[in-house]
Amino acid sequence: MAEVGLSDILAAVLAFSLNAYVLFGGADFGGGVWDLLASGPRQRRQRDVIAHALGPIWEANHVWLILAIVITFTCFPAVYARLGTLLHIPLSLMLVGIVLRGSAFTFRTYDSQHDATQRRWGRIFASASVFTPVLLGVSIGAVASGRLAGNGTGTFVQQYVEPWFTPFGLSVGLLALVLFAFLAAVFLTLETSDRQLCDDFRWRALVTGVAVFFVSWLVLVLSRREAPLVTEGLLGSRWAIPLHVATAASAIGVLAALWYRRFRLARVGAGLQVSLIFWGWPLAQYPFLVPPDLTVEHAAAPDTTLKLVLIILGVGAIVLLPSLWYLFQVFKSAPADQETGHA
Amino acid sequence: MPDLLAARSQMAMSLAFHIIFAVVGIGMPVLMVIAERRWQKTGDSICLDLAKRWAKGTAILFAVGAVSGTVLSFELGLLWPKFMLMAGPIIGMPFSLEGFAFFTEAIFLGIYLYGWDRISPRAHLWAGVAVAVSGAASGVFVVIANAWMNSPTGFDLVDGHIVNIDPIAGMMNPMAFQQTLHMTLASYAATGFAVAGIHALLLLIDRTNAFHRRALSISLMLGAPAAVLQPVSGDISARSVARTQPAKLAAMEAHFETAASVPLTIGGWPDVERGETRYAIKIPYGLSLLAFHDPHAVVKGLNEFPREDWPHVPIVHTAFQIMVALGSYLALLSLWIGAMAIRRRDLVSNRLLLGAIALSAPMGFIAIEAGWTVTEVGRQPWIIYGVLRTADAVTPMPGLVIPFILSTLLYCFLGVIVAWLLYRQIIRSPKPTEWTRVYSPREVARG
Repeated sequence: MAEVGLSDILAAVLAFSLNAYVLFGGADFGGGVWDLLASGPRQRRQRDVIAHALGPIWEANHVWLILAIVITFTCFPAVYARLGTLLHIPLSLMLVGIVLRGSAFTFRTYDSQHDATQRRWGRIFASASVFTPVLLGVSIGAVASGRLAGNGTGTFVQQYVEPWFTPFGLSVGLLALVLFAFLAAVFLTLETSDRQLCDDFRWRALVTGVAVFFVSWLVLVLSRREAPLVTEGLLGSRWAIPLHVATAASAIGVLAALWYRRFRLARVGAGLQVSLIFWGWPLAQYPFLVPPDLTVEHAAAPDTTLKLVLIILGVGAIVLLPSLWYLFQVFKSAPADQETGHA
Repeated sequence: MPDLLAARSQMAMSLAFHIIFAVVGIGMPVLMVIAERRWQKTGDSICLDLAKRWAKGTAILFAVGAVSGTVLSFELGLLWPKFMLMAGPIIGMPFSLEGFAFFTEAIFLGIYLYGWDRISPRAHLWAGVAVAVSGAASGVFVVIANAWMNSPTGFDLVDGHIVNIDPIAGMMNPMAFQQTLHMTLASYAATGFAVAGIHALLLLIDRTNAFHRRALSISLMLGAPAAVLQPVSGDISARSVARTQPAKLAAMEAHFETAASVPLTIGGWPDVERGETRYAIKIPYGLSLLAFHDPHAVVKGLNEFPREDWPHVPIVHTAFQIMVALGSYLALLSLWIGAMAIRRRDLVSNRLLLGAIALSAPMGFIAIEAGWTVTEVGRQPWIIYGVLRTADAVTPMPGLVIPFILSTLLYCFLGVIVAWLLYRQIIRSPKPTEWTRVYSPREVARG
């Protein structure tokens, strides 16, 4: 293996911040999915649990996406320019989803508590929570499939639609949606002390956990034809077997933990499982950031910039980590719906 | 609509929308901290209510600002990929720092909003201070990135490519200090007077309302000093513009021919074809004095620049006049308020003054939008002054009018709703039944 350069470190940081967005932002999106699918006798209370779980932190999770974007345009400007140009349509639609979702949630929290108003905001919030992850997945699928060569020829559809509107892209979109819903369901089991409510989310987690397995297979099968780099990486490379074994182990572990109501264990396991599935993507296409031509080394900004970004990340972490730790200390308390009054 | 115009319009609209939230996110935490401090010192429960309302206002606007800011971080690439390809490695620095400041603000805002009963009063107040400081810091970093576009430094230009990058030198560009000072003061003045104006209006209707009285005095404590300092900062900015971007200054002043002892042009309509400004008031030596602090100084006119390098003169000139007029109104109003306060007169008993304050509510924000129009339209046709033209930076994707229309509709929808919410949540005087909701929205939601 070649020497690890500054650009490799920053590419790794980029992947980590996307991983964090998938975990934390993903759980937020998934919460919206379960808001949409809330059903049964405890429908209203399911929605309350979701709203409260999102409440204190929801603005903060976009920071991982912003961090990924900023690292991309500072350290890998060619990648940012390429994606901004060729994925204009899915990324713009994704933004519409992010805006509608975030605002609808705020408005629902602060607007009148009448049922009709609440439902209206709730519907916008929930439907945006479904289509935004799909578009995120579709964009990732387009990158992985190596169709973003950007030679600037062809019709509008050939240049700006065909690279992402593919069965493989859509399957990655579906995978993102199912993964986020799964994460949220697992996380939500710990957000309530009511056993019946907890069971609602437990069942949802078990069902989506199984769905994750099937959709992952679908993605892998479609990748053979449409994203050869991914297939090669996931089936042929040295890390492939350990990765699959670890993923399978954590998947089974999560299902077992859910079954036996070991919810804390399930939460950790689900985070691990989703991260492992996520990492299959950057590992498979390394050293490419945007196949078939933009590699980590090739697309990187000058070393001066890379060094400074690393320093800023370090200093930023020194400020942020204690602040975050303090935030969690302040909120370390009983499940949401047990708290009383005067918060 | 041509693609370039659509892209510029979309960017202009996104920024015009986002800046309102950014500005309130800088100013409102200061109000909430002052109110909390007063409550802690005096035990005045109205101040506590105000602190909570302003905290909620900060939360709503911060949330909307966070999403519109996320949108902007994408739009830079969706609309101007070639600009970011060139500028990313330099202006990425302030943007990275802004990311951290934003995150810090989010964390401490969370602590502030939900921590009333969980941490000590002292720690709670400091959490508020952390929100205010990190809010101001994020504004400063973003404005530094913009200042770089106006006076780019920290690189060498070789065959149209940027090489030998020094991002620190880029951040220390000649406009950085001037623009950040001007914008930070503007945020405080605009937020302070917007809040003061609304409560002054309500006091005109209900003079004895103690809630609005307290709100008025706290918001003026922030707005008035900032508005008085702003002309000084404006003078510093104008002199730097004269040195670094003479074409922009010439457009601001509709100054067509290079000359010495140039008068200051107030108002009027620039006729670009004939190179003269009609119906304007001219103050002798004014521009030479303002731009170089010397009545006989030579000021470059637009004739020094090729015609295709001129910004749109009537827009820049008019926007500049609007900004200066509104800024002067706020500064004079602040002096009046200050004079009243020193003589310990009751502001509320003077209906003329209350009316003048009520009238000022939108002025700071209009001045900010006008000021950004001067900065941005005045830099055209360049996206990076003297380095890259806006027309060369736009995305090759056709049909940009569609995203423009979509985002316009989205922003209009959001704007209307935010205004409605703020009215319901913050401005209206409280009813007793609402107290529970202020303390615990969730309880009421269930009950």
